[in-house]
Amino acid sequence: MAAVDIRGARIATLAESVRSGKVKARDLTEAYLERVAAVDPKLNTYLLIDAAGARLQADSIDKAVAAGGNVGPLAGVPIALKDIFITKGLETTCASKILRGFVPPFESTVSQRLADAGTVMLGKLNMDEFAMGSSNENSSRGPVRNPWSLAHVPGGSSGGSAAAIAASLCAGTLGTDTGGSIRQPAALCGIVGMKPTYGRVSRYGVIAFASSLDHPGPFGRTVDDVAALLEIIAGQDPRDATSVPAPVGQYRAAVKAGVSGLRIGVPAEYFGAGMDPEIDAAVKAAIDELGRAGATVVPVSLPHTKYAIATYYLICTAEAASNLARYDGVKYGYRTPDARSLEELYTRTRGEGFGLEPKRRIMLGTYVLRSGYYDAYYGQALKARRKVADDFSAAFTKCDAIVTPTSPIPAFKFGEKTADPLQMYLADVMTVAANLAGVPAMSQCCGFTKAGLPIGLQVIGPPLGEEVVFRVGGAYEARTSWHERLPEDPTGGLS
Amino acid sequence: MSEHQLEAGGSAADARLAKYEVVIGLEVHAQLSTKSKIFSWSSAAFGAEPNGSTDPICLGMPGTLPVLNEAAVLAAVRLGLAVGSHIRPRCRFARKHYFYPDLPKGFQISQFDEPICEGGTIRFRVRGEQKAVRLERIHMEEDAGKNLHAAAGVSFVDYNRAGVPLCEIVSKPDVRSAEEAAEYLRALRTLVRYLGVCDGNMEEGSLRCDANVSIRLRGATQYGTRTEIKNMNSFKNVRDAIEYEVRRQATLVDRGERVVQETRLWDASRGVTASMRSKEQAHDYRYFPEPDLPPVALSADYLAAARASLPALPEDRFDRYTAEGLSAQDASVLVAEREIADYFDATVIAGAAKKVTANVTPKKAANWVINEVLARVDDPRRLAEADLPVPAAGLAELIGFVEEGTLSGKLGKDVFLRMWNERRRASDIVAAEGLAQVSDTGSIEEACKRVIAAHPDELGRYRGGEKKLLGFFVGAVMKETGGKANPKGANEILRRLLDQGN
Repeated sequence: MAAVDIRGARIATLAESVRSGKVKARDLTEAYLERVAAVDPKLNTYLLIDAAGARLQADSIDKAVAAGGNVGPLAGVPIALKDIFITKGLETTCASKILRGFVPPFESTVSQRLADAGTVMLGKLNMDEFAMGSSNENSSRGPVRNPWSLAHVPGGSSGGSAAAIAASLCAGTLGTDTGGSIRQPAALCGIVGMKPTYGRVSRYGVIAFASSLDHPGPFGRTVDDVAALLEIIAGQDPRDATSVPAPVGQYRAAVKAGVSGLRIGVPAEYFGAGMDPEIDAAVKAAIDELGRAGATVVPVSLPHTKYAIATYYLICTAEAASNLARYDGVKYGYRTPDARSLEELYTRTRGEGFGLEPKRRIMLGTYVLRSGYYDAYYGQALKARRKVADDFSAAFTKCDAIVTPTSPIPAFKFGEKTADPLQMYLADVMTVAANLAGVPAMSQCCGFTKAGLPIGLQVIGPPLGEEVVFRVGGAYEARTSWHERLPEDPTGGLS
Repeated sequence: MSEHQLEAGGSAADARLAKYEVVIGLEVHAQLSTKSKIFSWSSAAFGAEPNGSTDPICLGMPGTLPVLNEAAVLAAVRLGLAVGSHIRPRCRFARKHYFYPDLPKGFQISQFDEPICEGGTIRFRVRGEQKAVRLERIHMEEDAGKNLHAAAGVSFVDYNRAGVPLCEIVSKPDVRSAEEAAEYLRALRTLVRYLGVCDGNMEEGSLRCDANVSIRLRGATQYGTRTEIKNMNSFKNVRDAIEYEVRRQATLVDRGERVVQETRLWDASRGVTASMRSKEQAHDYRYFPEPDLPPVALSADYLAAARASLPALPEDRFDRYTAEGLSAQDASVLVAEREIADYFDATVIAGAAKKVTANVTPKKAANWVINEVLARVDDPRRLAEADLPVPAAGLAELIGFVEEGTLSGKLGKDVFLRMWNERRRASDIVAAEGLAQVSDTGSIEEACKRVIAAHPDELGRYRGGEKKLLGFFVGAVMKETGGKANPKGANEILRRLLDQGN
């Protein structure tokens, strides 16, 4: 068996080596499974490892390669999924006690597309319960640790997806981004994560948190890895009425296309007080680098950004309270034992099954939507949302892409923000606007703090403008080497 | 006070009620007859084994999304057009939240501030009087499942019905009596069956009715406090429940007590309505626009095509039939089901098309359809079946034979029976068996002469002034000719021969 060095492996390289027969998918799979077994106990990224399923997939790829058959563009690439993606026959819990034991009878559109492309699915990844959180501390199955520093959070809610890439526990992952849940953990873990345009990627089989804000998207070590995954998962789905019919772009080609002639907008609102100075410096240096790469840097304004967090929390809590109403103990998942009445079945199941953050958001959302208050809260939030989107429309008349920090702070320590939910909510301050507007946005590494924690650069494009985002991200990555840095494998006890 | 004390009937009670005006608004849920559910692929048909007709979407599983069934939209649009609603060029779905085991998602996808249809009118007749009830709106929504309560505190849920498409038809408070409510419901049932958008089966719950009932002193301008009555699953229940509720409210008001705004359930076995939940316990449904479904946009072309697909409607047909000389009674029978009216229209049209049968008037055709055809089918909808023994064109031909005198009325009925039983055309039977009446005046005259010669006594009495004996001679001629003589012709010839001797 050929020894496969999988630390820092790139998706395109892995796929090519499997397709050419140089490496067996099965060997690759075993190598990742071994690494997961060795490293993950320290990180807690995997909630479920489907070794048997992965081996079956890998063997069938190898058989097809040997037979000279068509094995798909991502043949043999080991991936894993945030546990928010529905997987047929595999327990899917959203890291919540209330879904414990739920084994779905169907498959999400995007995971099916990845399987059809030849990927090998290793397992399901940890997350904040129902994708509610920015630190992965809200998982019912324990927090994920940041591979760069076990004392620090990986970000959230897709913390498991980001940390698994950073620690080379799979080559690609999918996450979801409702207010920053792909980009913020990508930033805090020093990898690449993209939230595409709303509707670009199907939500069918993605457990809903806030339907109008939920964006499934890929994580990878490089911009090209993410582009390769997006090319597979993007595209209209007849099972998601909000998916858009626009043709899928040539994302991998865009990664190499360069930024010559592009106008890069820099919004003043994203460089204000509260920003970590090391992040400020790193992002400004990245902008300079883009200038040297041939882009023109122009100032733009997104004046309604200051309303984004409030607007976001009105809309997402309202939709969350609605989406989480189905978990009642009647049909699937957790049911309280020995309830003596229907009322008790509901209150006890939900009281015992949901963690604190979902409960907080259910209560907020129920308040927001109560009769007579719709215009004051939800209706008002929809108007503000429109203003935020209009800001982007106006800015994109002056520039082709917008560049900002992803997070105003690097990874923080466990427990640092859990006491004050508002502080935690402010972790999304740079990312929520793109969710409200539905525009594509990506985070990639643009440096490290003196303490060795990664810094994220956010690139935002116009609606359906994923290609321009990949051009900017690809050009920056080609001129820098941050993405080549790998965290040391965790050893011994926690620091 | 027990509920039964409210039952005091008799004319004293009627007089007591007379000072009140009854105000009723109706909410009717019609299950749309689509193949699949409104937002998913499993069958919407009634009768599968429990939970045998479900899918992850209608079960509200996590990760599922609704996709709108276009057939349900078309059904709602056609219903709206048929009642003269304004069809919104853009409508939207909304989530209506409440917890109940039969509601898989904890919310129902319905419509709230942007329903598909606004306004419209349901026309019907009550004791011969025209009545028009205005509609508030018609909106689309998904049905819930059904809770089945077993013994010993164990309950089951059957989700087969969950996600079956519904139209909720909401009237304005224009209904003024229990009888009107029942007739409104009957007219609506006929209409949805005409359109083919709902089978109208009340026993299976395809058509369900809730009523908002209040009373006020005649001449009052403000409405009284209303109660909502649920669980009325037949025309009789609707009538009985509302009559009961009106008496109950009148008793309260007579005593100076207040009607409490609440939802009440009709208990058909006890014949009473009983409180289900009060206004204070009413749900806050927390409506908001359904984020998983884009707004529905309907183009002018779409609406024009939907309009062109509408059949002639029952009340329009009723108007036409009565204008053509039919009695209200006959017209009502003919329009009760679309299949009857279609058959009737086809008979008249076939009659008109075949010049020979130009005498097939609507009135004549109505008599044949009602007395002969309808009498021979258990379900009037059979009249639409392709293998009906006597198709409309065949009936028209038979009516033509009778009207032009080829067959007597009695023979016509006999021939009809043979057409029905033997699946033969009237012309075949007539040609093959010589049933055509003897209308050759020469042979009839011979027969008449033979009959007169054979009955000299009767001839004498006739000529002596006993003119009613003409009937006797006609009968004898018919007997002589084996019933084949044209009675009208025999009558004329006999009269001439008998009167000759005077």
